[in-house]
Amino acid sequence: MAIYKKNKDGLAAAGFLTPTLIIFGTFILFPVFFSFYLSFQNWNAFSWSGTFVGFDNYTRMVQTKEFWDVLKNTLIYTIGTVPLNMIVSLMIAYGLNQKLKGKKFLRTLFFAPVVVSPVAAALIWRWLYDPNFGLINYSLGAVGIDAINWLNDPSAAMFALIGMGVWKTFGTNMVLFAAGLNAIPESYYEAATIDGAGAWSKFWNITIPLLSPTTFFIMVMSMIGSFQVFDIVYVLTSGGPLGSTKVLVFYIYEYAFKFTGEMGYASAVSYTLFALLFILTMVQVKFLKNKTAA
Amino acid sequence: MQKKDKKYKYLNISKSVVIHILMYSLAILTIMPFIWMILTSVKDMSEIFVYPPQWFPKEIKFQNYIDAFNAAPFGTFYMNSLIVAVSVTLGQLITCSMAAYAFARLEFKGRDIIFYIFLGTMMIPANVTMIPTYIVLSTFGLIDSLYSLIIPGLASAFGTFLLRQFFMTIPKELEEAAYIDGASKWQVLMRVIIPLSKPALATLAIFTFMGVFNDFIWALICINSEELKTVQLGLATFRDKYLTQWDLLMAGSVTATLPILIIFFVAQKYFIQGITLSGLKE
Repeated sequence: MAIYKKNKDGLAAAGFLTPTLIIFGTFILFPVFFSFYLSFQNWNAFSWSGTFVGFDNYTRMVQTKEFWDVLKNTLIYTIGTVPLNMIVSLMIAYGLNQKLKGKKFLRTLFFAPVVVSPVAAALIWRWLYDPNFGLINYSLGAVGIDAINWLNDPSAAMFALIGMGVWKTFGTNMVLFAAGLNAIPESYYEAATIDGAGAWSKFWNITIPLLSPTTFFIMVMSMIGSFQVFDIVYVLTSGGPLGSTKVLVFYIYEYAFKFTGEMGYASAVSYTLFALLFILTMVQVKFLKNKTAA
Repeated sequence: MQKKDKKYKYLNISKSVVIHILMYSLAILTIMPFIWMILTSVKDMSEIFVYPPQWFPKEIKFQNYIDAFNAAPFGTFYMNSLIVAVSVTLGQLITCSMAAYAFARLEFKGRDIIFYIFLGTMMIPANVTMIPTYIVLSTFGLIDSLYSLIIPGLASAFGTFLLRQFFMTIPKELEEAAYIDGASKWQVLMRVIIPLSKPALATLAIFTFMGVFNDFIWALICINSEELKTVQLGLATFRDKYLTQWDLLMAGSVTATLPILIIFFVAQKYFIQGITLSGLKE
């Protein structure tokens, strides 16, 4: 072994890291701080100059009813998708973990919605949700449920968005759950079988507790993902009808890029979103630490 | 005793049958939207607006695809998407390999701190950096050009992390032999590490390509010119124009989804690996 010197490869490392550091510095690190700075500015996209306004953007945000509506919609979307997503993906991962013919093929099919573009997927779902000729209303009609105007009824559009959101994302969680299930030693189940435990009791007393780190990780990652939903909202509902599906990132997009170019205000909203997600992540880190300590 | 065994066996078989039926039905339900998309894309409008819905067209109408390509320059959109996705993928393979090698093998001051800052940036949501990135690109006059879609993607924390983890599993003896033969660090990376890391590089390439090809919001923000639109942006504007022309819209959707679906079916191992690795990053 060579003699260990702390900075012996310093020069080489600088060379190897330069491209990455330039891109990172310009498009990640600088933006993170600049975004914070912008949130205290009245920055107009058309004049490219700002004036310091203190907390004005933040006070304006909390006094705007639309901000709270949008935050509420984002929360409803998250609460609607995350648990459903987790139940579906765990069930399917559990099913795939049983003795099954064509397991790999099935996994491929379940995962397919994840890989396709959200824009195209949302277009397909617009067609499925068509009130008169859509496959979904037709199927509901077959079991006696009246046609629903999914995308034009403010009380139905969020459900439509949630339904599509779960379909589009459960495959990722299914793969993660499958990896978690595989990591549980077979011997635990064998021992339980000898003790006369049934399938249900094994699921509740072995699978669920041993899977909980995976479950918690999936929960936090899914929440972070659904807090930032945008593409499918844009194409499926465009935030409508009557703003019933307008979510945070859509709101940021509208202010910064679509209408008025109010980059300062939009930055205040995105920093608020960042703070919310940061808290979520910290809760996860703390929880995992407690888990390993215990 | 024997009787009980037999009963148990029957119970097992019937349980297995139930699981098979259930799982296959769910899988078909999952891909039903794709099947419906493909079937709609080759139907005549007269067969699309019918109730109850008809599964199969009387005649397969490929004309829809020709009409869709005539209605919007999907060929151009495709070229743009490919240029952006290929550039970003190649760029990341290079920058991430270099950075990963530095983090995995070189000894330098502050290595661990820089690496942890790197890992930390993975938690920064894209919409926080979106506005300043736009301002930076616009300062350099790059908005409404394909560069605006390529340059910010030329490095990746996820990619660097993924490759670093893989490089660390490669036995050091192989490199030492190369050093004895007088190879430089760059040569060791190119001739020893890279050839041994094909699975990890493939995972990164496929993930990056898919992410960039499917990206929408960034193209929506940066691109205005029709001739610079990517497939996803083109498809979204196509929707605004042909709101209920489901024949054309579904033909466009097939065009936008099929390449990725094919890559996925061929190389699904790498997709699954990428997901599992991203799940292990904490």
